[in-house]
Amino acid sequence: MVKTFEPGVEAERMTRYGEIDTGYRAPRWHETTLYEQSRPGTVNQILPSIEPELAAETTGIVDTLPAAARRAVPPALPEVSEPEILRHYIRCSQMTFGYDSGSNVGVGTCTMKYSPRLNEEIARLPKLRDLHPLEPEAALQGVLELMYGLRNWLRELAGMDEVTFQPRGGGHGAYTDALMIRAHHRARNQNHRDEMITCAVSHPCNPAAAAAAGFRVISLYPDPVTGEIGIEALRAAISPRTAGIMVTAPYDTGVFDSKIAEYARLVHDAGGVVSLDQANFNGVMTRMRAGDLGADMVHFNLHKTFSTPHGSYGPGACAVAVKEGFVPFLPVPLLRFDGESYHLDHDLPLSIGKVGTFLGMVPNVVKAYAYVLAMGQDGLRAASEWAVINNNYLIRKLLEVRGLAISYPNRRKLQEARFTLRKLFEDTGVTTTDFNYRLADFGVATYFESHVPRIIDEPVTPEPTEGQSKRDLDRFIAAFHQISAEAYREPEIVKTAPHRCIVRREVHDYRSLTEVPFTWRVWRRMHGDGQPG
Amino acid sequence: MTEALVHRFIPNSSPGMREAMLAEIGVDSVDRIYEEIPAGLRFEGKLDLPHAPMSEADVGRLVSAALERDRTAAEYLSFLGAGCYDHYSPALLGEVMGRSEFLTAYTGTEVTDHGRFMAMFEYQSMMGDLLEMDVVGSAVYDGATASGDALQMASRVTGRRQLVLPELIDPDRFRVMLNYLDPWFDVVRVKHEPATGIIDLADLRAKVSERTAAVYLENPGYLGVVETQAAEISRIAHAKGALLIAGVNPTSLGVLAPPGQYDCDIACGDGQSLGLPMACGGTRLGILACKNEDRFTRALPMLMVGILRTSVPGERAYTSHALFHRIFYGTREAARSISGTSAFLMAIGAGVYMALLGPRGMRDLGATNMQRAGYAMAHLNKLPGVRAPVFAAPHFNEFLVDFSATGRSVADINQALLQKGILGGKDVSVEFPEFGQVALYCVTETRTQAEIDWLVHVLAEVL
Repeated sequence: MVKTFEPGVEAERMTRYGEIDTGYRAPRWHETTLYEQSRPGTVNQILPSIEPELAAETTGIVDTLPAAARRAVPPALPEVSEPEILRHYIRCSQMTFGYDSGSNVGVGTCTMKYSPRLNEEIARLPKLRDLHPLEPEAALQGVLELMYGLRNWLRELAGMDEVTFQPRGGGHGAYTDALMIRAHHRARNQNHRDEMITCAVSHPCNPAAAAAAGFRVISLYPDPVTGEIGIEALRAAISPRTAGIMVTAPYDTGVFDSKIAEYARLVHDAGGVVSLDQANFNGVMTRMRAGDLGADMVHFNLHKTFSTPHGSYGPGACAVAVKEGFVPFLPVPLLRFDGESYHLDHDLPLSIGKVGTFLGMVPNVVKAYAYVLAMGQDGLRAASEWAVINNNYLIRKLLEVRGLAISYPNRRKLQEARFTLRKLFEDTGVTTTDFNYRLADFGVATYFESHVPRIIDEPVTPEPTEGQSKRDLDRFIAAFHQISAEAYREPEIVKTAPHRCIVRREVHDYRSLTEVPFTWRVWRRMHGDGQPG
Repeated sequence: MTEALVHRFIPNSSPGMREAMLAEIGVDSVDRIYEEIPAGLRFEGKLDLPHAPMSEADVGRLVSAALERDRTAAEYLSFLGAGCYDHYSPALLGEVMGRSEFLTAYTGTEVTDHGRFMAMFEYQSMMGDLLEMDVVGSAVYDGATASGDALQMASRVTGRRQLVLPELIDPDRFRVMLNYLDPWFDVVRVKHEPATGIIDLADLRAKVSERTAAVYLENPGYLGVVETQAAEISRIAHAKGALLIAGVNPTSLGVLAPPGQYDCDIACGDGQSLGLPMACGGTRLGILACKNEDRFTRALPMLMVGILRTSVPGERAYTSHALFHRIFYGTREAARSISGTSAFLMAIGAGVYMALLGPRGMRDLGATNMQRAGYAMAHLNKLPGVRAPVFAAPHFNEFLVDFSATGRSVADINQALLQKGILGGKDVSVEFPEFGQVALYCVTETRTQAEIDWLVHVLAEVL
């Protein structure tokens, strides 16, 4: 039986705090899964019909398969009509807090910015949507021209010589860097260089990518006062085994490491390679260039800084830009222009080969091209300035919130900052996670706490970007004040939050992952059909 | 100059706001803040890129004009596949994938993004039913990276280093896999039967040992051949304590045996064929699934959406946040995983596709693809000097066509077809020279009988 409304659940989920006005109440449908809406025999006529003559000639072709190679039991997919499927997904989308859904100030390191809808229209054009990557180059000149155009602009923004769009996301970009560093040392018979240096406040994809490429990772911790690695710590980490350094600039703390060019020199002097992660590029566009800092390679997240958008967690896209000496190691194919037409060059003998299929995330590269065109150099510079101004305004105002402090207080922050609710926690017992759940009741995106390791207690890492108005920022700030006041007055409100969201917070009481259903077929085995457990 | 710039994507750039906000911050210029970047490193020059912002209309016109220079597969009559497939895309996909909330969400939690995680759980569930596998991860980048992840997983689960792979796999995919395996693993290639293209079991038995972490098979294979002995291959692997990994095309699974049916341990594949746009090969969906055993689930290098309970009895929280310890967000270098932002929007779209088709539609899809490809093979094979398929085995929607006996090269024939507005199959004579002048043709449910007849007619003319 399809259950449409569960009065018991509804009564239980209401708390006496639910009526406190936060200016928002999340849209909540009593929506069951498609499996629970299934009516056997429901069929949607979607596919092209088959011609009688072709059917007659080929009927029974499936039966020619040996029994062992044939599907024995039809897949237990839900059987639901087209209008019901659409309504289901519309409701699911309404129960999702997208960038456009409300004030979106909090998600540090993620660069939540406005994604121009023109670019979505462009990606849906048949001229892009219907391209096959193996068509002759002559048929792909338009899209290759746009990709090459972005390549030229990113070279300029990075201060580098060549660009690849092969990596699929930021982590994949760091991985591409690690593979090129490996190839570089192998080509020079320096196989003993098996140590990669990184910083604990660099994005975790940097150490993970280095490890995936076979390097041993050395993580340096930032100085508690300056927030920087420091020359001496780096010197101590460098050895004849140093393959390179992979760091983020600015860091996820919003601190720009002032010694970064010196690190690059030290690593180069030791025979290592310098890879810069510019996932946090949004605050420094046209203000600094990775190449000028001494980096050999740099990666940009097109779904962050270049707005392509985030797509619920992908598809993203990444561009890796390198100095001349690393061009031979780039993944294939490489875009080339001979003055008349564009080509895909597969002939790089020292290349790391392939990191993904075909030409990369082509639609997102085109969207990023359209974004840079819409901004221009002046617009990019202004966007970075506003990301920095909005962030510093936010810092100034949030520091008035009782119980909240900022890390590295003597440093100015660029695009984001890491705060700490340690004082609030000590005073009230309310954790940053409690605080964040309560924030969800206010119609603002929950904030990013911190990557690991959590060297700042009870962390809060917002990143307002240029895409938010002062009104959005003030709404976020006002919510912080109200929640802090609640924590000091009646901490239960915050500890039991959320009260006005779609569901209450999850409970982690499983002992093994096998107790968590990741598919309906497992859920059904655990609970039976459609019966909440 | 930028002081006065008002830009449509920057709400605060309206006049007067900058001064007001800088005053609140307590600085006279944003340049004071940029002094955090050491003077020698601050860039103050001009870059060689357009300076002024451009209006929406102008951007649209310029980008569209460039794309007009393309000629799409839809403007030709296309028989290209080889990993990127032209399947019918139902209208609902565009509607759902275009929803602003799905398009622009990113991290979120179970209390803010209940609907998005529910849609992802449903994708995993439907993919699980199609594969007959109990655990499905949310998404990785594409089919090639999914294969690489699967191989790494197998080694972690078994503690063994050797991986047995067939000879006949996409060379580009193999290069991706090699990157994932280097420097951790050894690769052993297993022969195929020359007549059928399926795995040579005698060679497989000789190569699988107690050192083998996994045997990897593709079903259907790169050259369209259905691996009819998957169950036997599975037994051979398991007898030595090795795992079975199957790379599959999900559109085939309405008719072909799903990996779960032959006791597969880890399944992988590319979901672009589930009605997602070809998009010049971009924005794909990497599928990864495994058995519901703790040792496998713990090794899945990706986010997964599961159901946890909440403090309210009977309430479900759809969530991926409990599971971060398996990926780099949780454990940095210890995770050794490289999948970050992956392909959730593609997974939601693939979910819509599977829901619309249902069990009956998936069967019809598989059958139609086999029938249309079968029709094409039969009629191409009648052309003098043309042999289709090369392998005497069941095929799904791709097959090798051998033109060697015509005395013409595939490159030459494809050029002649192109003149007639036809994109012939991928020239694989360079990748597999041992097969002669062969091309990999793809026929999906979107190629009509008339179009196939036209291909045969034109080939008869140009050969």
